[in-house]
Amino acid sequence: MSVTQAPAPQKEGELVGRGRRDGNRLFKEWYAELDAAAEGGDPSAYVFVMGSAAEVLKAFDLNLVFPEINSLQMAVRKVSLEYLNKAEDYGYSTDVCGYVKADVGMHLDGRKHPNGRIPKPSIVVATNMCNTYVKWVEIWQRMYGCKVFVLDIPGQRGIGWSTEPGSEQFENDRRYVQSQLEELIEACVAVTGKPFKIERLQENLAHVNRMAADWSAVLKLNQNIPAPFNAMADGLTYMGVLSAYRGTETGARYMAELREEMEHKVRLGLGTIAEERFRLHGVGPACYSYFRRFLELFQDWGAVYVNSEYLAYAGGGLDLGIQFDVERPLESLAEQLLITGRRSMSNMFFSQDQLADT
Amino acid sequence: MAVQVRSAFEAILSPCSELSEDVTYPSVKRWRESHPGGHAIGHFQVYFPEELIHAAGMLPVTLMGAGSRLEAKQADSHIGSFICSICRTSLELGFSGRVGFLDAFYTTPICDVARNLAGIWGRNFKGMTAEILYLPQNANAKQAVPYLRDEYARVLAELERISGRPIEEADLRRSIGVYNENRRLLRELYRYKRETPWLLSTTEAYVLAKAGTVMPREDHNEILRSALAEIPNREGRRQDRVRVVFEGGFCEQPPLDMLQLIEEACYIVDDDLLIGMRWITDDVPETGDPLYALAESYFERSTYSCVQHDDRKPKEEMLLRRVEASGAQAVILAAAKMCEPGLDEQVAYQKTLEAKRIPFLLLDFEEKMTAFERMRMEVETFVESILFD
Ligand code: SF4
Ligand code: SF4
Repeated sequence: MSVTQAPAPQKEGELVGRGRRDGNRLFKEWYAELDAAAEGGDPSAYVFVMGSAAEVLKAFDLNLVFPEINSLQMAVRKVSLEYLNKAEDYGYSTDVCGYVKADVGMHLDGRKHPNGRIPKPSIVVATNMCNTYVKWVEIWQRMYGCKVFVLDIPGQRGIGWSTEPGSEQFENDRRYVQSQLEELIEACVAVTGKPFKIERLQENLAHVNRMAADWSAVLKLNQNIPAPFNAMADGLTYMGVLSAYRGTETGARYMAELREEMEHKVRLGLGTIAEERFRLHGVGPACYSYFRRFLELFQDWGAVYVNSEYLAYAGGGLDLGIQFDVERPLESLAEQLLITGRRSMSNMFFSQDQLADT
Repeated sequence: MAVQVRSAFEAILSPCSELSEDVTYPSVKRWRESHPGGHAIGHFQVYFPEELIHAAGMLPVTLMGAGSRLEAKQADSHIGSFICSICRTSLELGFSGRVGFLDAFYTTPICDVARNLAGIWGRNFKGMTAEILYLPQNANAKQAVPYLRDEYARVLAELERISGRPIEEADLRRSIGVYNENRRLLRELYRYKRETPWLLSTTEAYVLAKAGTVMPREDHNEILRSALAEIPNREGRRQDRVRVVFEGGFCEQPPLDMLQLIEEACYIVDDDLLIGMRWITDDVPETGDPLYALAESYFERSTYSCVQHDDRKPKEEMLLRRVEASGAQAVILAAAKMCEPGLDEQVAYQKTLEAKRIPFLLLDFEEKMTAFERMRMEVETFVESILFD
């Protein structure tokens, strides 16, 4: 089915809540695919939500594993402690990032995740969005001897520092990122033994274009009162699909359908709670180990998260509604990685520049 | 005669020891007084190409926290408590006005906390350039060197703006020469530590080196030259001590008392303390494009640390090389509390040393710690276990 066609008419009951239902289903299917990949020893790439380079990796049919999502899921399912203890017994300090330790514990336990088995990495791609990513990938490199690729996306240098496409600084940064993408492609060819087909990359970019356009429309729809979705609760499901299905037809279709659902809810004036008294903007992640209680804490008072910074930086920057120029795929990918990557990083390190606009 | 020789060395050492503990930066203040209209540029750990600042006729100053000598009162209300101490006390240096003499402050993307510091600094200390010097994180990218070269050019332009004068290639070459000399002298200092640790302790070498972080390198070279000339004349008898490498002082610095207590039981024959000063391990070429030469040296003529990923320098192998080259029998694996890169690496080092059956002792520290009794016991027990194994 093409997303440009109107989806088949549905009963109202089916349309409302479809995004969450389908999101959860897609999530399960994705973990089932990873489980099968673990069984069959299929080549897999470990990547991070901020700057996953999914467009390139999927051109080589690599399964994508998101360790941050794995750790988050362990927290939501309240099994992290067991894994954290394993990692600490192994030698990791209590001061080390909990995501890293939960993941290490899971690897020490034979990569048995509560959602399914996780395949070994053939290649891991760390961006510099969080420096801990780079320390994290070194752990897998030692465990499995896998190829490590640090995809370096230079960020904002100071307060108020910005560079526009076309400026000398931006072009310099773009050339650096683009040349790394070319090296990443060489690495993927070496790891998978498959040739690189530029049409595959172009297809993936086109899928992201559709996904990003609809996602940014979905975010805007939440400016309505009442807000059609909770940016923390529902947003987490949407973000999972954004990451895992980035660059796929399935992901693009999902987002088109989500937009349809949200437009429908806005038309009917449907919100997420009976009476929306306060509209909140979330900065930073939620407390996932007490996720439900965390959400109830606000909902009980009539407060709804209508936006969340997390949707921007952990959503791979797609909130900007980016559009790749598929005719110059690598150059355009490099540009957008810079724009969205910077947005993610600056969001954390120079948040004062951005919070005022949101 | 022996007494006189010893005091000559101590006459050199003593002001360095004082400087090392003084968070009022007297040497920087003196420099500013004697250079009206001059500028001082601060940078955070680990590595910064100070040659750029030096070539502009400005004074580079390394900010590396304040140990136990400053309480992070105001800084604590600006950053989380789960942040390493060096970042908190460095920020406190700003809030308390102690480094008000700076015209700019640079951090590098060594870790999330350090790069974040530029944003916090800029927000709170307005009117001062607060920026990240972007050291490329993909050390294995073909474009890493040219990209860094251009980043150096960007910073240089900002330094020119601050100093109000152009910086010529000849200025840069001269500065590279001064710093090459400095690195040669530091290597010589470390040779003494390695070959005759009874003539030069790590604490002494450390304060001698650290003096260079708050004064012009020409002056520091002078100090190092005089100290090196005196070392062979020092009295000291070789003792039967365990030779250890101290690993884990690349960013937050351990308290001097901690180094001293280790030295009471061992010879520290090599370490990664103030590794940024020794990051470049060979002379930077003094010909050709100086910015390119500096950028290339950062990647190609350099040592290792846990804040750089480079496939050509697997850190545990680099540590083994350090142990072997220094003839150490054991390793003190230290890490600063709340330091993600250091603590992550500590585990990898530990596993490698276990596999190689090299004895090691894990020590967590904080620059501001003041109680060492437990640590002393741990070190003594460790040393005894090696001596009587
Ligand atoms: S962003 Fe935070 S939780 Fe995620 S890897 Fe980095 S330090 Fe860990
Ligand atoms: S001590 Fe560690 S965490 Fe702190 S600034 Fe240095 S490298 Fe970063």
